[in-house]
Amino acid sequence: MTALPQSTDRKLGLVIDLDTCVGCHACVINCKEWNTSGTGAPLSDQEPYGDTPMGTFLNRIHTFEVEVEASPAQMVHFPKSCLHCDDAPCVTVCPTGASYKRSEDGIVLVNEDDCIGCGLCAWACPYGARELDQEAGVMKKCTLCVDRIYNENLPEEDRVPACVRTCPAGARHFGDLGDPSSAVSQLVAERGGMDLMPEQGTKPVNKYLPPRLRDRSMSGGKSLESKGDSPKGLLSWIDRALEAL
Amino acid sequence: MHPAPSVIVFTALSGLGFGLLAWLGLGLPAVYGWAAFWWYFVGYALAVGGLMASVLHLGNPKNGLKAFSQWRTSWLSREGVAAVVTLLIIAPFAIGRIFLDTDWGWLGAIGSLLCLVTVFCTSMIYAQLRTVPRWNNALTPVLFLAWSVAGGALLAGQAVAAGLLLLLAGGVQVAYWLRGDQRFAEAGSTIGTATGLGALGRVRLFEPPHQGTNYLLKEMGFSVARKHAVKLRVIALAAGSLMPAVICILMPAGYVAILIAFPIHLVGIFAARWLFFAEADHVMKLYYGG
Repeated sequence: MTALPQSTDRKLGLVIDLDTCVGCHACVINCKEWNTSGTGAPLSDQEPYGDTPMGTFLNRIHTFEVEVEASPAQMVHFPKSCLHCDDAPCVTVCPTGASYKRSEDGIVLVNEDDCIGCGLCAWACPYGARELDQEAGVMKKCTLCVDRIYNENLPEEDRVPACVRTCPAGARHFGDLGDPSSAVSQLVAERGGMDLMPEQGTKPVNKYLPPRLRDRSMSGGKSLESKGDSPKGLLSWIDRALEAL
Repeated sequence: MHPAPSVIVFTALSGLGFGLLAWLGLGLPAVYGWAAFWWYFVGYALAVGGLMASVLHLGNPKNGLKAFSQWRTSWLSREGVAAVVTLLIIAPFAIGRIFLDTDWGWLGAIGSLLCLVTVFCTSMIYAQLRTVPRWNNALTPVLFLAWSVAGGALLAGQAVAAGLLLLLAGGVQVAYWLRGDQRFAEAGSTIGTATGLGALGRVRLFEPPHQGTNYLLKEMGFSVARKHAVKLRVIALAAGSLMPAVICILMPAGYVAILIAFPIHLVGIFAARWLFFAEADHVMKLYYGG
């Protein structure tokens, strides 16, 4: 049954530092690489070299501009993938039981062998975290790299989601958000980690660390004096002649 | 939301089909034999045809039977189960009327009730979604039930009832539009809450994650032809409700009235359903600056 578990033993998830992300999209590419060659259907592209390319991605980076009062506008690169919500609306709407949330670690997954591709779970997700693969006709979503994090064939440092492993800026952190003593939980506590769209009542596990405001001294700075106001050539001669009168 | 023809046809036709079967289950019109056969044929054709159209919406229909398994949590699953149970309950009632000249009234009454339950489940597939505030509204099930029962009355030749119910459905439709227009603002999701950056200042999208399109934008980013929304609302109201209601009330009841009023009603229903999807905004659009 696609009922949500009452509680999960652990709450594995990501903490994304909006202060640190440089918007390089490396996590997008490594996510696509790892998950297109995993156990499920590949993440297909349509017309990749044509006029209207599109494709399935489990992680995407939006870039927002925040106009801060009395301060320069600030650019925020914003990675977005499944938030593995505690109260995941995508799971309960599923008619086949293909969508489920694991009681052991809280990861939200899709069993592609049961999926009918109705798309209702993508409608139920406020974050746009689920994409129906146009080739396979089944729903794809972030698996939190469930095939990496428990994979004993990989060196220990690789047993984290592909996006976390690849981030050159260290903007992505992986861990158990259900354990208050974990590094990720402490990071959330220290930096005021926040939920996206709390009004939707999804109780996301993934947290976002807000960007720190830029140096405010810039706002009080004086602009350089203009160098372009004095006339040149004939006008300059007239100007000087008139001054002399 | 993308107004996919398959879901418009599904909700419109199955709504009409179950509406008609609901009246037939009550023994209205009181037909037996061959006459009854054709009424039930139309009811089943619309209901089953609508359900078949919904299958076209699936990306992977080969697993379709599994959709009957999650009725405890999923409205889509409940809708499937309710539809099949309803059609199976009404079948022996129809056979009794067509071939045995017998009226198992209690069976028909149960079938009628189940028709309404099925339409209610269909409406809840949409009404349950908090992500689409326009749909997430108590008037959504009322709207689906009103159109279904009114269209069913029209098809069942219940002239006076059809006239009044069509006007009522038109009224519910207007109320739904007025309510729906407020819903997105009421739900309180903004680009500020979506990004969590609202507390810092005014947020706007600087750069989308991709220059082309994707599934999310095709499915939930629909905003084409909204400029015709007002005209389509007028068409939906006039063709769906007012014109067939006038025909039902003024013309002598019978096949001729049904054959004139029904196609007009269908145009109105399709316009109303197209708007139901096309006008509905998904909160996900906020991440794309919408």
